Amino acid sequence: MSPERAVEASGLVVRRQGNVILDDLTFTVPRGQVTGLLGPSGCGKTTLMRTLVGVQVIEAGQAELLGLPAGDPRLRARIGYATQDHAVYSDLTLTENLRYFGTVLGLPRSRLADAIARTVATLDLGGLEDRLVSTFSGGQLARADLAVALLAGPDLLVLDEPTVGLDPVLRRDLWAVFHRLAAGGATLLVSSHVMDEAARCDHLLFMREGRFLAAGSPGELLAETGAADLESAFLTLASRRQAVRP
Amino acid sequence: MTAVTGGAPARARIFLSPPVRWRLTWATARRVLSQLRHDPRTVVMLIAVPSLLMVLLRYVLDNPLALNRFAPEFIGVFPFIIMFIITAVTTQRERARGTLERLMAMPLGKLDLLAGYAIAFGLVACVQVGVVTGISLTWLGVELPGSVVPLLVIAVLDAVLGMSLGLFASAFARTEFQAVQTMPAFVLPQTLLCGIVVARDQMSDVLRWLSDALPMSYAVDAMQQISAGASWSGQVTRDVGVILGFIFAALAGGALTLRRRTR
Repeated sequence: MSPERAVEASGLVVRRQGNVILDDLTFTVPRGQVTGLLGPSGCGKTTLMRTLVGVQVIEAGQAELLGLPAGDPRLRARIGYATQDHAVYSDLTLTENLRYFGTVLGLPRSRLADAIARTVATLDLGGLEDRLVSTFSGGQLARADLAVALLAGPDLLVLDEPTVGLDPVLRRDLWAVFHRLAAGGATLLVSSHVMDEAARCDHLLFMREGRFLAAGSPGELLAETGAADLESAFLTLASRRQAVRP
Repeated sequence: MTAVTGGAPARARIFLSPPVRWRLTWATARRVLSQLRHDPRTVVMLIAVPSLLMVLLRYVLDNPLALNRFAPEFIGVFPFIIMFIITAVTTQRERARGTLERLMAMPLGKLDLLAGYAIAFGLVACVQVGVVTGISLTWLGVELPGSVVPLLVIAVLDAVLGMSLGLFASAFARTEFQAVQTMPAFVLPQTLLCGIVVARDQMSDVLRWLSDALPMSYAVDAMQQISAGASWSGQVTRDVGVILGFIFAALAGGALTLRRRTR
C-alpha cells in the first residue's frame, strides 16, 4: 500500500439479508485529506463505513486501512468512528462518557485528562463536561458523539453524517475542525447526503445504489461533467450511468 | 499501547492477550454503576422492591412457621427475577442505541464487557440481598436454623444467575419491549417448576425432568436445604456447583451472541 493512501479497497462486496448493498467497490482514500462520501440515503454509505471499521462481514473483495486488513484488532485504537445515531450514554455526563471510551481506547491514565480537555476544547464543549448527555441539544449531542471519535487522536476518522441536520454556523465550524485535523496529518472519511457539503471536501466519492458514480476532487468532477455545481455533476453522472445500463 | 511489530499475525496477539483485561473490565463496571447512580429511581426500586415483597409475604402468610420455610426461597427468587429484567433491558438498550457497535469497533473484548457487567450488577446484588435478608431476619422475625452466611452466598449467586440469564435472553430481543417480555418467557416457567408452588418430588416425570433442567430449581433447592436445618450439606454444594455452571454457560452464550461483525 502506498504511503499516500489511507484506505485501499478492491472488489468489495457486502450483502445484507440477501440484498447486495455494496456492489464490487474499488477505491482509495488519500491520506491527510478530507474525503467526502456523498450519495442519497440508502445508497450504502453506512454499510461501507461499517465495513471499513470492521463491524460488517465482507462477502468478497478486500479493504486495507493504514496497511492492515479491515477488522484487524490493531486498527481498533487507530480509527475514530462516529455512527449516525449518536452512540453515547445519555445517562452519563460528558466527562464520564469520555473517560470510559478513552479507557477502552487504551489511553493511559496519565494522558486521559489531557485528551479529554483537548477534545472538549476542539469541539467547543466547554462548560458541558459535568452535564448529563440526556440534557444536550441536538448540536451538543452531535459534538459529544464526535468527541468520542476524536478522543484518542486517531490516524483515520470515519464519520457517518456528522453534520446532517445541524445549524449552518455549527456545520461551518465542524468542517473547519475536520480540515484542521487533516492538516495535522489525520485522514477523514465523512459521509453526507447533502450535496452542498461536497464542495467542502478535498476528495469526493459519489455513491448511488451500492456503486460509485465517480471519484475525484470537486474541481475534477466539475470539469469532467461540465456542470456548474456538484449537485448537477452528481445528476449528470447518475443519468450517464442509467443510460449505459442494459 | 505498545508498538506492534509489523509481521506478527493479529490472531497470535489475541491468543496471547489475557481473556479479561482488568482495567477495561473495571472501567466497564464503573461505567454501569455511574449510569445507575444517575438514575436514583431505579436504584431505589432495585433495593426496595425485594424487601417490600418480603414484607408482603410476611403478612400474606401471617404464620411464623410458614414464613421460616418460605422466606429463604423467596430471598433467592426475588433478586433473581429483578436482576434478570434489569440486565435484559440494559443490554438490549446497549445494542439498540449503537454503543455496543461503537465498543465492538474499539479495543474492548467481549469478555471485558461481560465481566464488567457481571461485577457491577453483582455488587448491586450484594446490597439488594443484604437489605432483604437484614429486614427478614430482624423486623420480619424470620429464624434460620443455622448460620446466615450460606443463605447470603446462595442468594447473591441466584442474583448473578438471573443477571447472566438476562444477558443471554436479551440477544433474542430486538426492542426494549421484547426484552421485558423475555421475563415471563424465561423466568415464569422456572418459578412454576422450581419447587415453590408444588414440591418437585410430587410432579409428574416429564415435569420433573423439565424442572431438573432449569437453573432456578437448584437455587430453590439450596435454599430449602438451608431452611430445613442443614447449614451446608453435600447437596447444597452440588446445587451451588450447578448454579455456577449455569452462570458460566449463560455468560458464554451471551458472549457468543455479542457479534463483533454482523451480517
